[in-house]
Order: sequence, then C-alpha cells, then structure tokens
Amino acid sequence: MTTAATTGVNTRSVLGVSANRRRLGEVPKYVFLTALTIIWLVPVFAALLTSFRTMDDITLNGFWSIPSQFNLNNFAEAWSKARVGNYLLNSFIITLPSLFGMLFLSSLSAYALARFKFRLNLPLYFMFVAGTMLPFQILMLPVFRLTNSLGLYNTHLALILIHTAFQLGFCTFVLRNFMRTVPGEIFDAARVDGCNEFRIYWQIMLPLSLPAMAALATLEFTWVFNDYLWAIILLSSDSLRPVTAGLATLRGQYVTNWPVITAGALLATLPTVIVFVFLQRYFIQGLTLGSGK
Amino acid sequence: MATMTSTTSPPAPVFLDRLKRVNWTPYLFLALPLALYFVWIIAPTLYSIYLSMTDWDGVTAVPNFLGFANYQRLFTDRTFNEALVNNVRWLAVFITVPTTLGLGLALIFNQEMRGGRWYKISFYSPLVLSLPVIGLIWAWVYQPRAGLINSLLVGIGVQNPPGWLADRDLAIWCIIAAAAWRQVGYVMVLYLAGLKNVDPTLVEAAIVDGANRRQLFQHVILPLLAPVTTIVVVISIIDSLRAFDLVSIMTAGNQRTQVLANYMYIQAFNNYKMGYGAAIAVILFLISLIFIGFYLWRTIRDELEY
Repeated sequence: MTTAATTGVNTRSVLGVSANRRRLGEVPKYVFLTALTIIWLVPVFAALLTSFRTMDDITLNGFWSIPSQFNLNNFAEAWSKARVGNYLLNSFIITLPSLFGMLFLSSLSAYALARFKFRLNLPLYFMFVAGTMLPFQILMLPVFRLTNSLGLYNTHLALILIHTAFQLGFCTFVLRNFMRTVPGEIFDAARVDGCNEFRIYWQIMLPLSLPAMAALATLEFTWVFNDYLWAIILLSSDSLRPVTAGLATLRGQYVTNWPVITAGALLATLPTVIVFVFLQRYFIQGLTLGSGK
Repeated sequence: MATMTSTTSPPAPVFLDRLKRVNWTPYLFLALPLALYFVWIIAPTLYSIYLSMTDWDGVTAVPNFLGFANYQRLFTDRTFNEALVNNVRWLAVFITVPTTLGLGLALIFNQEMRGGRWYKISFYSPLVLSLPVIGLIWAWVYQPRAGLINSLLVGIGVQNPPGWLADRDLAIWCIIAAAAWRQVGYVMVLYLAGLKNVDPTLVEAAIVDGANRRQLFQHVILPLLAPVTTIVVVISIIDSLRAFDLVSIMTAGNQRTQVLANYMYIQAFNNYKMGYGAAIAVILFLISLIFIGFYLWRTIRDELEY
C-alpha cells in the first residue's frame, strides 16, 4: 500500500515539475494558465456578450465598448420569431428515438459478438469497426435515393434511421469490447440455473452493461443532436429541421444581425451543455471508450 | 432411422446435419442490427460506386452508364483540385497543431493542481458545441468591420486589418483554425486518459536510472503513449476528410475554401450532378480507405493476439 502511494506521488511530481520548484513556480503558472484559458474561451464570451446587446450599439460604439444596455430581446426574437424553440423540439424528436434504437440494436449485436464463437464473428466485428470511419459522403446519395423511394424523404424517421444505422458500428464496437470484460462464469452459472440466452442477455448482460451504455448515450446524444449534414440532405421543410440546420436558416434571415445570430446559437447549445454539465463524467468516459483498446 | 434416410437421399441430410450443427443463437441476435446495417450502410457504399459511373441527376430512374468519364473530368476540374489541396491543408494542420497542443495540455493537467478540473473543462468544452454553432461564433469573431479581432486591431492602431473570411488567401486557414480550436480539447482528453494508464513503476525506474525530464518524456512517456497517438492521428485524418459543416456555414465553399465534402454536396444537390458528386465521394472514400485499412490492420493484430 505505502509503496504504491509513494510511487504515485513521485511520478506526479516528476511528470510535472519537481517538488521544490513547484511551490516557487506556482504563481506564474496559474497566471499563465488562467490567461490561456480565458483567451481560449474568448470566442464563446464574445458571443455571449453580443447576444445581450443590439447591433446598433455595436456598430456605433464598436465591439470593445461598454454596452449601452443589456436585454433579452435577442433571445426572445431567436426563440419565437426565428423559431429556435421549434427547431430544438425537432432535434429532440430526432435524437431520442435514434439513441434508443442504436443502443438497443447494438447491444444485441455486441452480445452476439462478445459471447459466441462462430465463423463470421471477427469479420462482422471488423466490418462494424471499419464502418465507424466511413465518410458520410459515400452514403449520402444512395441513402437520399433510398429515403425517397421509401417515401421517407422529408420525415424525421429518415433521420432516425440513418443515425441509428450509422452509429450502430461505433456502439457495437464499444459495447462488444465492454461485454468481453464481463467474466464468463456468471453466464455459465445462469445457464446451469436454466436461463435461456435471451434471458441471460436481457436480465444479466444488459444491467451489467449500463455504465458503458450511459457513457455511450451521453456521447451519442451530443453527436446526433449536433448533426447538420444529414438534416440538410434528408429534409426539405424548414419546419422539420433540427436546430443545427435551423441555425443556417436563421443566419440567412439575420445576415448581419449578429446579436440575434449569437443568441440563437447559444440557445441551440443549451441542451448539449446541460447534458455535459450533469453527465460530464460519462461524456469523458464516452470520448475515451473508443480509444481504450 | 437416421442412417436409413441418409442412404435413400444422401445430399439433403448432410446439408441438414450441417445446418443443425451451426449454432444459430448469435445470428438471431445479429439479425436485426445487421439487416439495418446492410441496407443503410453497406449497400449504399457499394451503390455509390455504381452511381459514380453514371450521369444520375437525382430524378431519372435508370441513369446512363458512363464508365470512368466522371473521374476523367475530375482531373481537369479546378475546383476539385482546390478542394483536394484544402483538405490536405486541413489534414496537415490537424495532425500537427491540435495533437501537439492537446498533448502539451494533457501533460500540464495530468499533475495535481488547484482548480485543475476547471482548466480541463474550459479546454474541452468546445466539444459539446455543434459545428454550425462554432462556425457562427467564429464567423462573428472574424467579421471584418465590427468583429472581435478587427475591432481590437483597429483599436491598437492597425490601418488596414485583414478581411479574414472575406480574404481569399486567409479564409481557409481561418476555418481550419476554428476546427482546430475544437479538436484540441478532444486530443487532450484522449491523452489524459492515456497518461492515466501509464505504469508509474516504469516512470520511477527511469528516474532511478537518472533520466532527466526531457529524457523521461522522450524515451518513456512518449513511447508509452504511442497507441493513443495512433488513435489521435487516425481521428484527425478521418475528421479532416469529413470536414463539411464549418465550410458550409462559414463560407459555403466560396473564397477559395472549397473542400471535397462540400464540393460533392454542391455538385449533387445544387447542380443536380449526382453522378459527378458520387465520383467525388468515391475519391474521398478511397483516401479514407487507406487509413481505415491501417486502423483495421492494427485492430485485427490486437484481436488475434488477444
């Protein structure tokens, strides 16, 4: 125990700065890091500041001036007149079923690939892995055509289907690797007790996989919610658009009215920011899941 | 009984026997996901290759077959050339700048420090913003007259500040900078996870052997992080080939900022030259395939060792 603890401390200080210099060098380091962080986030602060002002105020007094007044008019304008509220609702209507679909289906395929020995196991696994890296462009036109011929063009279902299908690869990859870490004895015991494979999957493997699925869900929520490409390809009605594509419409309407544009952009970000704030741990786990191997 | 039937009609029972010996359970689990995957991912990929050899306009039921004519046209297409160059620029920046910065930040934040968590959050928070949002925020920062950068430049007395996105020589770099800004946090998170897995005893052994900080980094930490670096490079490459949203939002491909994905979109959906667009997509696919192949080869190797 003690050795492990000391080792930890040693490595930390050597990886960073040695213990003596650490205390002395602390102040400039923090000043530097704080400055760097602020500069890093300046674009976001700029957008936030702009969204409370009027364009007249900015053009008249310049960006670096004390705002003549702060108000929420731009947010109200973006929410109702530019219909960001409506776009956000569409984003949820597309994202939540996609999430459910991809997690359910990939848990099935991951279970098959993690638990059974069969000839096609590895080839299918590699197919899923390869699929995660496909450029969307190679699927775009055939999916557009398929959607059209199925009568799904300009429906939310079209987006739900492509998101579910495309993310299947990544979800299967992550879940399969997670499920392989579950010790096989549990399942042998269950089988001896007379459980069939479906019950083992449903009552044992799924509950055990919940941590991985939570991380995946958080990450995938952000990905699907933030999709822009498929939304502009498979939808034609503005009223059906998710918020990413809706922002493009908003930009077209408010060409130089930056306060409304930035207010809309910030509103569009709220759901993913909320998810990030509350499920940050899962989000970071999700990001590193794919590279864990 | 079984032998009786097998002597009367030999082929069927052997076949049936083999079918019975196969364990069908995994295929039952796979049926639904695989069906969806084949219809929406695998088949479309192959179908794109066919479309790229036609003059499909998005409406015609059976387009004319052109062979490699679309590809031949690509060779003399100046915009295609511009897009290819821009993708290479994007890629060159992506595998160097965010990788180095992300690794540097990960090394800094890997040590215990006061408020370390908040610094980390600040750097990876751009990851939750959608690309259209990032595009809009940065377009405002770059805005030539009232934007953040130029107001600052004019404020400190610069006479003719650059037009940024309005400047044909700068525009693509401005977009790449916005993309890299987002990527740094991603790389940092991946390296931080990698550093957590570095075995402390190896680091300690190096210190006992008298390694200084530079040697430690160069000969111990960096080699141990090699698997993460591979992932980072592959992700950077794939992301730079996929680049679309920022260009579409910030310049729509004007100002010499065309990239392959956006050019493909414009040819297919603005000009209705879907066959030609498919050819651009196939080129993009072939380039990705090199890296997908490399990554797959690594995965296969790991898997067989397992």
